[in-house]
Amino acid sequence: MDFAFTEEQQMLREQVRSFLASEFPPERIAKLAESDEGWNPQSWSTMAELGWMGLSIPEEHGGAGMSFLDECVLFEEFGYGLYPGPYTSTIGIALPALRSAPEMLESIASGQARVAFAGVEPRGARTIEDTDHMTTFADPDGAAWMLTGIKEPVADLSLVTHVVVSATTDDGAGLWLVVPGGDAVTLLETVDTTRRMGRLTLEGHPATLLVPPGEGDATLSRIRRRADAALALEAVGVAQRVLELARDYVSERKQFDKPIGSYQAVSHQVADTYMSTELARSLAYWAGWSVAESTEDADRAAAAAQSMAGEAAVSACERSIQVHGGTGFTWEHVLHRYYKRALSISHFNGTPAARRAAVAATLLDH
Amino acid sequence: MDFRDTPDEAAFRKELRAWIADNLPEGWRDRPPSSGRMDESVSREWSRRLYEAGYAGLTWPKEFGGQGAPYTHQAIFLEESARAETPEHIGIIGLGMAGPTIIAHGTDEQKSAHLSRTLSGEEVWCQGFSEPGSGSDLASLRTKAEDAGDHFVVSGQKVWSSFAHIADYCILVVRTDASAPKHKGITYLLVDMHSDGVEVRPLVQITGDPEFNEIFFTDVKVPKTNVVGEANAGWSVAMTTLLHERGTLGFALTARLEVLVGKLIALADELGAAGDPLIRDRVAQQWIELQALKFTNYRALTTLMKTGVPGPEGSIAKLHWSESNQRLGKLALDILGVRAQLDGEDSDWFGFWQYQQLRSRGNTIEAGTSEILRNIVAERVLGLPRSR
Repeated sequence: MDFAFTEEQQMLREQVRSFLASEFPPERIAKLAESDEGWNPQSWSTMAELGWMGLSIPEEHGGAGMSFLDECVLFEEFGYGLYPGPYTSTIGIALPALRSAPEMLESIASGQARVAFAGVEPRGARTIEDTDHMTTFADPDGAAWMLTGIKEPVADLSLVTHVVVSATTDDGAGLWLVVPGGDAVTLLETVDTTRRMGRLTLEGHPATLLVPPGEGDATLSRIRRRADAALALEAVGVAQRVLELARDYVSERKQFDKPIGSYQAVSHQVADTYMSTELARSLAYWAGWSVAESTEDADRAAAAAQSMAGEAAVSACERSIQVHGGTGFTWEHVLHRYYKRALSISHFNGTPAARRAAVAATLLDH
Repeated sequence: MDFRDTPDEAAFRKELRAWIADNLPEGWRDRPPSSGRMDESVSREWSRRLYEAGYAGLTWPKEFGGQGAPYTHQAIFLEESARAETPEHIGIIGLGMAGPTIIAHGTDEQKSAHLSRTLSGEEVWCQGFSEPGSGSDLASLRTKAEDAGDHFVVSGQKVWSSFAHIADYCILVVRTDASAPKHKGITYLLVDMHSDGVEVRPLVQITGDPEFNEIFFTDVKVPKTNVVGEANAGWSVAMTTLLHERGTLGFALTARLEVLVGKLIALADELGAAGDPLIRDRVAQQWIELQALKFTNYRALTTLMKTGVPGPEGSIAKLHWSESNQRLGKLALDILGVRAQLDGEDSDWFGFWQYQQLRSRGNTIEAGTSEILRNIVAERVLGLPRSR
């Protein structure tokens, strides 16, 4: 039994943290969050050069041949640094659908391709796996395919070069690759402007087959658990950062001639945040490892982690705002940006309660 | 990172499972759900068998009757014992607190007099820390020990002392210098509970069980050779005891919670509550919290194995366990519904859940109140300014 990251993984963590701290300090994040583009595309190439895009991509396709667990370090750190870019979408969510497209893997590893995943629909599929209600259809068009339907919300849609789209046919659900463009992409207004969402409107849009009809559900379930684990790690990063902000603030800020952190009504809220963050971290690491190793318990581990980490991040932000007093409630302070990310994470693919329902099914239905 | 047992751990676990299956007392598995009280004669016998098989004091040095095994073996032992619902070792206080403190601070004479007898269950320990006027503020304790040459004369009262009614020895903290600042006048003693002037009275809890006791000391003679560490320097020795109390507890508690979550699922099944969406949500939450606790313990254990010091994560184990255990008790009563009001033989499971729920209220008080534990996290883990 060994519950520690390797030295290489620790070094990777330090590298990511210091990169984000210098390239994306809070004022830069704020600027990007309020900009039209929503991110800095240049950062993507830099990170690809550092080798971060291809960590788990096999060496023969230009990657480093490492594992999902190595990428987990990045999900967590990107949550901690609130990095606005399509890393979780591309690496955390879309990647399993691209196994049959080696040229895409190469483009991702080199930083040329960025990929969003389009699963849920405004009136249809309510979650990634909800193929029963899916209204996006795929029709064969000679050797190619055409997709018709509306996907919304699609995370990072306006930031990517490609989109993996789930759609259904008479033979069941499958997955296709689409190059969005022109009228297909509509940017939507979002609470968390460091993770933009879009509407993908497909009207006979040309598409390349990735996972054939009838085999989509198995891949979608793999995508869902990977997304759960990745988002749980992001949530842990968010919770850790706002915990540190709270710790630092209550140690400095004085009222009644004493640092407010010496009052238990304040310090116990920070202690509770520490407790829930550490518990969520344990689950998120377990989920990351289980998904990386494809263990029997991987689905359940990922669902458990996403449920607890999502809620832990939200409550960590809420407590942090509370102990910051009025300052924490201002637009100027970075806290609201973390809070909005936490809210987004906990509803990314349904709700924490829905993830618990999935866990309950494994415990109570037999 | 690898959550699987290493080959060595897997072999140890397998051997232990087989040993437990072969050695459980006859009829033990078929006993009715007990209310939780320890059966003294069964525990004494179980302690002796554990000792002879080398499962008592796994992490203690070999020279003191232990096995010098890694902490992971101890964690596996606690997990497997809880899963098999084995009897308890009679020396919970001795193994978890008195022994480690003597190993860290005791004299050679104290080590040879007590350690192996503690492991074998021949010597049962109790703890004399809290007093009616000194709970969380332990350093305000007033039980006094007067210097009488080669011995101390101890007078005072201790409270919340499990096992005192059957204990042979007590780890006792006393005031030996009333003029010194409160942390500096404390001495740590090993007291023979069979001495003249020691009186134990049971203290009945809200469950109706007398699990704890009060201990009255009236002019009890304690030889100075029974001082652990230096006279008036007992505070840091006591801190060692508390560190061990909270440090080694996590695995045992989590393993016990795992068993309870399993029983809770069986209860929901049995009473047809498994279809109720509100109950399902809460059962899932209990299971998720249990996993979080389990892996947090593993994480602290990994830090302990790598650095020799338990990780800060461990400080939250007892805090979270106690709250999760309380939620579990309430959930069980909600599953029982109207029948939750019954008790004993007239209730489902012979009052097992009613007992669990009531007993769990003590969890956030014993071994450090949740308020004190939050102070510890705030001040020692997070480095926040002191509250007092």
